[in-house]
Amino acid sequence: MEAIGLTLIDWIIIVIYFGFVLGIGLYLRRYTKSQEDFFLAGRKNSAWVAGLAFLSANLGALELLGMTGNTFKYGMYVAHFYWIGAIPAMLFLGIYMMPFYYSSKINSIPGYLKLRFDEKTRVLNGIAFAVMTLLVSGINLYAMALVLHTFLGWNWDYSMWASAITVAGYVTLSGLLSAIFTEIIQFFLIWFGLFLVSILGIIEIGSVSEMMARINTYSAQVSFTTLWSTSSNPMENGMFIHWGGIVLGLGFVLSFGYWTTDFLVVQRAFSAKNLRSARMTPIIASFFKMALPFIVIVAGLIAIALSIDPKSGFKLLQDGGQANYDSALPLLIARYYPPGLVGLGVTALLAGFMAGQAGNVSAFNTVWTYDIYKSVLNKKASDAHLLWMGKISTIVGVILSLVTAYWAKGFPSIMDYMQAIFSWVNAPLFATMLLGMFIWWITPNGAFWGLVAGMTSSILMYLGVKFHWFAESIITMSSVQSDMAANFWRAWWAWLICAAVTVLVSLFTKKRPKEELVGLVKGLTKEKHDQDIPFIKRPEFYAIISLIVFILLNIWFW
Amino acid sequence: MAAKEMKPIWYFVGLIVLVIGGLVMVSGIYILFNPPVVKTVLAETHPNIWWGGIMMLFGGGMFLKMRKQSR
Repeated sequence: MEAIGLTLIDWIIIVIYFGFVLGIGLYLRRYTKSQEDFFLAGRKNSAWVAGLAFLSANLGALELLGMTGNTFKYGMYVAHFYWIGAIPAMLFLGIYMMPFYYSSKINSIPGYLKLRFDEKTRVLNGIAFAVMTLLVSGINLYAMALVLHTFLGWNWDYSMWASAITVAGYVTLSGLLSAIFTEIIQFFLIWFGLFLVSILGIIEIGSVSEMMARINTYSAQVSFTTLWSTSSNPMENGMFIHWGGIVLGLGFVLSFGYWTTDFLVVQRAFSAKNLRSARMTPIIASFFKMALPFIVIVAGLIAIALSIDPKSGFKLLQDGGQANYDSALPLLIARYYPPGLVGLGVTALLAGFMAGQAGNVSAFNTVWTYDIYKSVLNKKASDAHLLWMGKISTIVGVILSLVTAYWAKGFPSIMDYMQAIFSWVNAPLFATMLLGMFIWWITPNGAFWGLVAGMTSSILMYLGVKFHWFAESIITMSSVQSDMAANFWRAWWAWLICAAVTVLVSLFTKKRPKEELVGLVKGLTKEKHDQDIPFIKRPEFYAIISLIVFILLNIWFW
Repeated sequence: MAAKEMKPIWYFVGLIVLVIGGLVMVSGIYILFNPPVVKTVLAETHPNIWWGGIMMLFGGGMFLKMRKQSR
């Protein structure tokens, strides 16, 4: 495909955005004086600010190119990532887990593991998280380079370096605060910049029902337009997965593992000004999360409907003889957006990638500084030294993520790569967190060896399938193959192995006295939060509304 | 001397949406009188003009409200 030329007005919009985020970094610099300002944005954000940042930190390349590309590849089943794969976990975090996280005044998730278990469990998780964050950060860089390559014909290498330098610039200036500010700006730009693709796509095709009818006519055997009704037989849905894999792998393990333990998102809730705001953070985010399919899933379905109509002239880019699924959204922008709007669409994508990368880098610098550097390498480091280390690790993190970006480029779909990483780190960690937070007799050694077993088994399962040591069907219990199904099932098995080893080792190793675990374990802690405010102002009330909307959406698109 | 109070994030959101919305709308008006040779699909609906207008209303409203509050 020829590179899409940008006009002067498009360039002006893109340059204004870049100047704006760097300007915000400079503006916020004067308000970033202490290490708490840099790593936790001073703990003074409202629930709305923390909630939108919580969602936006996850709204990077993954949600935009990856999910639209995956909808083209797997069909509407991708909406499970937004609904069953997110909402129950977000509500669980707000209602049950946040009081323990927030009240213990920790700086990071590994920090909780230190308080609940011991130093070695914290360091193990800190290292795993740091590595995972750099890998995911690489995805954002790769996705950004894809956009610049597609639209402007820029060289891959120059594109990655240009975006990396910008992110390193504004995160180093004012840490989490500028990351949160740009994440919220990005949230609005994404809606304004990309929702119009769905609107214009539906106008071109005629209606939503016409779009669904076209896709169903083309693919009568395998459904691309249902959520659950074809999930009892993997051969009947585009993802080739059984509902058991969706519920256990995605809905339970991967979703809870990501939304309740991934410090990248949870860090935003830690920046809230009080416990109620922290609890409301994921609950507010859940409403916006449920709305996102109206951008990405609809765009993916539009791309399918157009590509099966030869008269439309719509065709995905080819990369080494393979369809490049991630090119679906940029191609739709090029199809519908005249000059000016192209600038807005490209800016929305760039904003998403930069915010996603900034989120990963700001989480990385916190975990590196507190959970690895201060915990192992320099236990007596002063506050000023830690602030300096945070800034240095931001720059180092960006450089390392450049390396991982080249690795991400080799995957056919970035979402598959992403879920593979989550199933290595987050899935077992969720077992450790769940058991540790709700069962007092889980021991430090149980948690540590459970995590080791869970992570090792997940990586071995991945390598085993990749290098044909054994068949994928052993993991997925299905004769049809799908990378996504393998990710879901691998996450489930890793969780189960971690949980089993944790319980088993805990039965035979030394338990911590109950009095040391007050405030860290449910059942040993008096919970009286938010009881003095009316029910309609409590997080529980909004969680119930969110749950009702979630159920209705699943029934509607059954 | 105490630092000036930090402006809320909504101030910046309103400002950027207003500015970009304005530019999109202006580009739409320009295209209306100088149509490009290669047209995009649905170009006849002039999406720049109405979408830019929606952005300006949203961004402008938010920016003015925050500006008033921070005074």
